[in-house]
Amino acid sequence: MTTEAGSETEVKEKAEESAAQPDQSETAKEESQEIANVEGEEKEKGKEKEKEGKEGKGITRYLPTWFKKQKSQSQTSPTKEVPATEEPVNKGVEGEEEPAPEVNGHAEEVEEKEEVKSEEVKEATQPESNSNVSADTEPLAKEEKVEDTTSKSPEKTKETADGEGAEEEEKKKEPEGHVEAETDGGESQTSIFQSPLRLVRKNKMKVVVCHVTVLDGTDFTCEVEQKRAKGQYLFFKVCEHLNLLEKDYFGLMYKDNHDEKCWLDPTKEIKRQIRSNNWQFAFGVKFYPPDPSQLTEDITRYLLCLQLREDVASGRLPCSFVTHALLGSYTLQAELGDHEPDQPRPLDFISQLTFAPNQNKEMEEKILELHKSHRGMTPAQADLQFLENAKKLSMYGVDLHHAKDSEAVDIMLGVCANGLLVYKDRLRINRFAWPKILKISYKRNNFYIKIRPGETEQFESTVGFKLQNHRSAKRLWKVCVENHSFFRLNAPEPPTKARFLTLGSKFRYSGRTQAQTRLASSLIDRPAPSFERTSSKRISRSLDGAPVISITEAGSETAENGRDHRLELHSDSKAEEVDLSPADVEAIPSQQQSPGRAEPASSQDLNKTQDEVLKHQASISQLKRSFMEAPPPSPPQPNQWEKRLTSSPATIRVQQQQVSLEDEIASVLLGRRTAAEFYSAGAPPLCSVPEPPLDAAVTTCSAAAAPTAVCSSSLSHPVSALSATEVSVPQTEAASADNTSSETKEPAKPPVVKTEMVTISDTFAAQKTEIATKEVPIVHTETKTITYEAAQLDGNGDGEPGVLMTAQTITSESLCTTTTTHITKTLKGGLSETRIEKRIVITGDCDIDHDQALAQAIKEAKEQHPDMSVTRVVVHKETELAEEED
Amino acid sequence: MAGLMAGFGHYTHAVVRGIPASLAKEALRTSQAEVDLTRARTEHEAYVEVLRTRLGLEVVELPADESLPDCVFVEDAAVVCGETALITRPGAESRRRETEVMKEALKDLNLNIVEMTDENATLDGGDVLFTGREFFVGLSKRTNQRGAEILADAFKDYAVSTVPVLEGLHLKSFCSMGGPGLIIIGSSEPAQKALKVGSCLFYNVGLDTIYNNIPSFEHAIHHYSVFEKLKDHMLIPVSNMEKVKVDGALTCCSVLISKNPNI
Repeated sequence: MTTEAGSETEVKEKAEESAAQPDQSETAKEESQEIANVEGEEKEKGKEKEKEGKEGKGITRYLPTWFKKQKSQSQTSPTKEVPATEEPVNKGVEGEEEPAPEVNGHAEEVEEKEEVKSEEVKEATQPESNSNVSADTEPLAKEEKVEDTTSKSPEKTKETADGEGAEEEEKKKEPEGHVEAETDGGESQTSIFQSPLRLVRKNKMKVVVCHVTVLDGTDFTCEVEQKRAKGQYLFFKVCEHLNLLEKDYFGLMYKDNHDEKCWLDPTKEIKRQIRSNNWQFAFGVKFYPPDPSQLTEDITRYLLCLQLREDVASGRLPCSFVTHALLGSYTLQAELGDHEPDQPRPLDFISQLTFAPNQNKEMEEKILELHKSHRGMTPAQADLQFLENAKKLSMYGVDLHHAKDSEAVDIMLGVCANGLLVYKDRLRINRFAWPKILKISYKRNNFYIKIRPGETEQFESTVGFKLQNHRSAKRLWKVCVENHSFFRLNAPEPPTKARFLTLGSKFRYSGRTQAQTRLASSLIDRPAPSFERTSSKRISRSLDGAPVISITEAGSETAENGRDHRLELHSDSKAEEVDLSPADVEAIPSQQQSPGRAEPASSQDLNKTQDEVLKHQASISQLKRSFMEAPPPSPPQPNQWEKRLTSSPATIRVQQQQVSLEDEIASVLLGRRTAAEFYSAGAPPLCSVPEPPLDAAVTTCSAAAAPTAVCSSSLSHPVSALSATEVSVPQTEAASADNTSSETKEPAKPPVVKTEMVTISDTFAAQKTEIATKEVPIVHTETKTITYEAAQLDGNGDGEPGVLMTAQTITSESLCTTTTTHITKTLKGGLSETRIEKRIVITGDCDIDHDQALAQAIKEAKEQHPDMSVTRVVVHKETELAEEED
Repeated sequence: MAGLMAGFGHYTHAVVRGIPASLAKEALRTSQAEVDLTRARTEHEAYVEVLRTRLGLEVVELPADESLPDCVFVEDAAVVCGETALITRPGAESRRRETEVMKEALKDLNLNIVEMTDENATLDGGDVLFTGREFFVGLSKRTNQRGAEILADAFKDYAVSTVPVLEGLHLKSFCSMGGPGLIIIGSSEPAQKALKVGSCLFYNVGLDTIYNNIPSFEHAIHHYSVFEKLKDHMLIPVSNMEKVKVDGALTCCSVLISKNPNI
């Protein structure tokens, strides 16, 4: 996205690095994989050299000189085997940093070798922005550490890191963390290669064996350093094992303590995610490419086929009889080749294969019949045909989640490449395409989406769904974030920076988007890897072990989906460690530099209580720090919005409000790019507070009519943090108001979404909204909303100007309504206070019945924010725009 | 290739049925109009002729059954999509037996037959709109939720959504496909009213909707196959005045089938 790019460039290099790292690391890995493909001997040699180089460069930055020396020593040791993955990193490192001369020499050599091996790959990566390069540093760091560890215990490295300056420490720590994680990888790798390294290492590190069930049902085992190995290390090992380059569509799943399948976050330590000692994973498709024919390699398509065959056979991907037969016939063609009339296979051979949940003789006969018609088709062609048909199925790539609508009716929410689907029983009752969704968020066990107004609607609405619990709400939210990012964005959004007090999840998709992965895979240049297709005798290995949720056969399904018991994670319900543990929090300020921690807050799930307290304190201290450090907040997303924003007529008022941080709200703004589309024709009712409840707007409303009325209702309940804030600046056109009567409402919006949201789970609701709107005397409206993240502000002081959160102007011929929302956060001795105000100015002709307008404004504000009370109503009579003063 | 997804608007076969003499007096209707049986039959013949010659479809003509006055409206008896045929359970009691002959005919065409046996389900084919990507099922006097669910089961490949039909007879009394991704909705007041929610839904799934200004559009709908089959979307005017009197629109008079020659 343009926004991202802009932000990255603006940010310090370090920040860029951190943000970019995940992606880069992936690219690096790809490269490494290719390298790996090269003959083993070359690899080893190259690796050694590479390692040396890498270590020198990448680590040197962070490590004290004495440490560097050690490293160099380790490098020299012939015994080391370094995983291929590290190579790409070197380049990046070189570009950015200048390692000690010796180191450089090594690095260069390494690079050269690498280039020879995987020239093209590197080229691909090179064209990419600096950020990529910086990203590469991660892998390097990892390798380096491996070596280090071999020579010395990882603990030492830590110590060294600690020794350094405070800020630097943090920064360093993160990279170190990666490195350490890598060491695990290194070990495992070494073990695989049976390198002598092992002997050298006397591990203080514990190594654990991960079992990964891959798509053909086989098990892949991999050793991993128990404490520090991150998800991506394991993932890359698996991809390497599978010889898979287009890996961004895939992921690793594990079962959490509650027996639900979760995607392993590549940027976080494995151990902290699985929470049990069951190191069982399943490799599977995470993002189903809408057009599989665009995949570059047959092997990728093959893996996708394997996943889909299982989806189909388990009933997770429902199809009609005819489709089952057709897909089955392509499977046969791909796996067995042409039908041989001469040596017909016994009929029952086919019944040993699993094609469908309710497979019967009739279907098998049909499959065989169709198989005959595919004569001459190569396996790759058959796979492609399989995919071409499978992709059209309505449930293709739809990730289903159980939920309830506002009336507590059971529904299913499906997340896919195109958006969010809502099913009830077997029917699809609604569909929200990504472009229609402005924002997604969750709070407690609620999941919300804010919808762009449709053709017939006048303003955005918020739809809420109830999930089973907080965890499932969060999981759904994350899946949405990832799917949206992957399919709709050009580049992932950088994780939100800890600029000001946010309790919300900072989770963002950290991998490559589809656009990026397509670009990358277009540069793949290797002879098509040969691979063997296994037979469909897939004994249902369940990828996820999660009950198959099929819309069509809801209840009975569980039996059908085979569960792989291996996958079961015995949850010894360890209390979840909240990511927001103090340590993490400390790291947050430096987060800009370390992408690895992209998701610090995301797991604030479960235990509030003591954790909560810790969090608060931590977040507060963090906040302080960020205040101190933060240069006058360069807006998080330096994009057009910002510019426009400056022209926004924001008046800032501060009122004190006690806020305790309690709930977390995580929200993501969507569709930023499409801002122009915002409200092309929306006409919100008079005085309505435009902020959707989603934002958790509790409001203090002050309404001022021509006689300006200020009714401020103050909320005394806990405000949770806003993780994403919106600023909408309306650009008003055609304000025809001469006679200026202004009515101002100032809702304070603490992010508490206590309000029962308007839940619209079907189209009827939209209708209702529409109807409601009709009562509003609006003639013509033009509204523009500008959204951006507000950052900033100073930590002390009352009466400090707030951060402009949202501003919206709605104009009509007879009325002009301007809504401005300010959020002010202040810190006072460990207590943070958040004050949110909304002000609505209505300017109109003399014709306006001010009393009525005021009454309506108050009424609507109350309706929208039942939590709030109107504490004050101030009425000014003026002939000019009323400037309110508190 | 035997694409799973039958291409939209490309058909090879049509099933039609003759007009019984009982149509004039006994066919269900919402108005009190007199039906000229002879004219109705003439119109029907012309219609079948268009299917056969202008559109080049292989037409299967089923004999009329005097005990089934509405039997000419075959559309209600079956929903065919791809190679699957769902034999419906019409909402009007008097029409249930219409499905018997239809079932045999479709069986003969080698379609995969799915029957709606649930006693609580009703579904008229006239309430089923297939867009090429999904189904919309009108919940009307003749079609209920259960019927829609069974349809969803029969056509698992596709998403199925329901649309409340607030007045009038069938969903397709008010709208029809005008081409891929294009739904034509009658612009008459009853049509607008009946499809208030529907148009929203259509919009949501990215279907374009256009409103046809022809007065009483709902009765003048030309079968979408006519739109689609001819590249230039030429309209083939077919008179249907007599059947309209018993609430029969053109689409009601045939079941269109797309058979893949390969299979």
